Amino acid sequence: MYKILKREVLVPNTVYLKVEAPEIARKAKPGQFVILRIDEVGERFPLSLTGWDEKGGTLEVLFLIMGRSTMKLSSLGEGDRIMDVVGPLGRPTEIESYGKTMTVCSTFGVGPAITLVKALKKKGNKVVSVTEARDKTYLFWEDRLRSVSDETHVVLGDGSRGKYRQANQFVKEYLESGNKLDRVFIFGRVFTMMECSKATKPFGVKTIVGLTPIMVDGTGMCGCCRVSVGGETKFTCVDGPEFDGHLVDWELLIKRKRAYLREEARAFDLWQPDNLRRLAELSELPRRV
Amino acid sequence: MAEKSKLNLNRVPIPKQAPEVRKRNFNEVALGYTDEKALEEASRCIACKKAGCKGGCPVNVDIPEFIKAIGAGDMPEAVRILKSKNSLPGICGRVCPQETQCEMTCNLAKKGGPIAIGRLERYVADWERAHPEITKQQKGQISFNGKKVAIIGSGPAGLTCAADLAKLGYRVTIFEALHVAGGVLMYGIPEFRLPKMIVQGEVDYVKSLGVEIKLDHVIGKIATVDELLENGFDAVFLAPGAGAPMFLDIPGENLSGIYSANEFLTRTNLMKAYLFPEYDTPIQVGKRVAVFGAGNVAMDASRCALRLGAEEVYIIYRRSKAEMPARLEERENAEEEGVIFKLLTNPSKFLGDGRGRVKAVELHEMELGEPDASGRPRPIKKPGSEFIMEIDTAIPALGTRPNPIIPSTTKGLKLTKWGTVLTDEATGRTSKDRVWCGGDMATGAATVISAMGAGRRAATDIDTWLRNSN
Repeated sequence: MYKILKREVLVPNTVYLKVEAPEIARKAKPGQFVILRIDEVGERFPLSLTGWDEKGGTLEVLFLIMGRSTMKLSSLGEGDRIMDVVGPLGRPTEIESYGKTMTVCSTFGVGPAITLVKALKKKGNKVVSVTEARDKTYLFWEDRLRSVSDETHVVLGDGSRGKYRQANQFVKEYLESGNKLDRVFIFGRVFTMMECSKATKPFGVKTIVGLTPIMVDGTGMCGCCRVSVGGETKFTCVDGPEFDGHLVDWELLIKRKRAYLREEARAFDLWQPDNLRRLAELSELPRRV
Repeated sequence: MAEKSKLNLNRVPIPKQAPEVRKRNFNEVALGYTDEKALEEASRCIACKKAGCKGGCPVNVDIPEFIKAIGAGDMPEAVRILKSKNSLPGICGRVCPQETQCEMTCNLAKKGGPIAIGRLERYVADWERAHPEITKQQKGQISFNGKKVAIIGSGPAGLTCAADLAKLGYRVTIFEALHVAGGVLMYGIPEFRLPKMIVQGEVDYVKSLGVEIKLDHVIGKIATVDELLENGFDAVFLAPGAGAPMFLDIPGENLSGIYSANEFLTRTNLMKAYLFPEYDTPIQVGKRVAVFGAGNVAMDASRCALRLGAEEVYIIYRRSKAEMPARLEERENAEEEGVIFKLLTNPSKFLGDGRGRVKAVELHEMELGEPDASGRPRPIKKPGSEFIMEIDTAIPALGTRPNPIIPSTTKGLKLTKWGTVLTDEATGRTSKDRVWCGGDMATGAATVISAMGAGRRAATDIDTWLRNSN
């Protein structure tokens, strides 16, 4: 059992948790993820690591409330326990001295991005950060991102900050106006990863994306998380989760992520009435996407 | 020839749930012997001086002795004899391929009526489960010998090795990657063939010997094998199991609705998707299911699909019935339940519905040619025999490749060209000092009992080695 030490609803659909897991915290590296199972009837699902504290023995995760499992997780409070946390899984991000890099993030990708920016800076890289949100209600941790990056740009979907509505428009113009980048990293929504990868491709900038397909065991045993990269089938859990964004078959990824939408909706509708009381007791009520 | 006329060659059949009933539930298919039936079967054993059966058992159970104890009505003694060599009899009695092991070498097999050793073994194990006080009395006090052994994986190889070493006084810790112990016995073999309560009982027995099981521990990630050796473990036994599933490598294979047998069985058995939405893990089955391959795993997957509500389930296999690797009993069970066998048939591509889901598979007929490297006739494509079959779900059950996590994180571990860990078969030793290996990681996919045999041999060798290294 893994105790929740801190819980915070960052924006209406995104929750932050700090969980006690000292053994995993000792080994965690940027780019890795954990598999959770909340309770006895729970499914196994992956969450990217947002941060960890080796000395304190804790892990941090951010998640977007999508369906039953994430809603259930968001309804746990400080002091509650998660039945299983497995990790750290996946290959860590390759971090070298690249020169000038860019990290683009949206929603739950903001957490892993900040961790990576810190690691990139340690290796002497210059880092330009771009964070994308629907509107200012959904924007969080801008200050944190700013405090670790050399340059930070915010793109809001309602156009209320600057002239861009999507991160890929920013990336495209940034490169078109003659700026050079040695490597780009993208975390968060599939749409953000796909569109930004398309934006960097004509400029030949190596672009790394952190994929989040559906998983079951997370250790290479089942093949549920298979993706197609450069025409080859890869298992995201052991071969990834990071791949070359120019080689990923995005359409396949999106379709596989949507494979259980009907079941997800049904499970959620059944879960919610049974748990209204618990949800009502939460001081801040999170919202589903 | 008076002796001969006394031989009773009529095996006592085991009662089973009727096929039309069982194909819609997950309850155990075979119901087990009653006391009378067990006595009747045990009395057929002629207690040969040169008992062929023993040699056929990978863990050398004293078979005639435990059967004699059943016949004498001394069940505690039968339990004692059986458990002195086999820590997991409730499992072996259910899933061992006895027809190619002990029952094949039974001297009565030549006459056509081998003793039903597996059924009797199961009977003894089930009796013990109903009488837990007996084993409690039998278990003596074990004193710690000062040595610690780490075991990676809590499947049949890991559990056997752990039990053997614990009985010898070692302090054993098993590291299990999943959230329950049992490995393939939990995620792979379905409830109706091996109830999870039985597995839990055997795991509890191993724990009662003082073995600690750490769940949610993926070795290679949370700690490496080298770190275990540096941090107080005197030896490590690698038994992480089958690893990565193989796919058909044909177009369309990543469409939704195509599950590796591992994923299909894990969702069903481990995650209890058959109880969705009470349990959170979903599974999609639809009306028509095609399972590719004809091993035991393919039989399990096809029978699960029926129970999950599929109307038609096909086993699609490129060779003929004679080459099917599944146990005869499992094949018969599947056939009785209505699984349709499409033999000498192979897929060439999957077709989607335009929204990412599988809709059909293109198949073609095969014919058998000259024997290939495996000694089996090589299947050859019949030109112009292509046809389309509409399906809702496809399940490739083609075996597994070794999982890369441990080999890629352990220094100095030599691998074979198939990616399995290079292991001495007799001792389980690997190329790395103080590291042993057994089960599917050493041999590629095989049976529960062969993994247990490997666990036993490794335990013996670890014990010898650690004594001598003093």
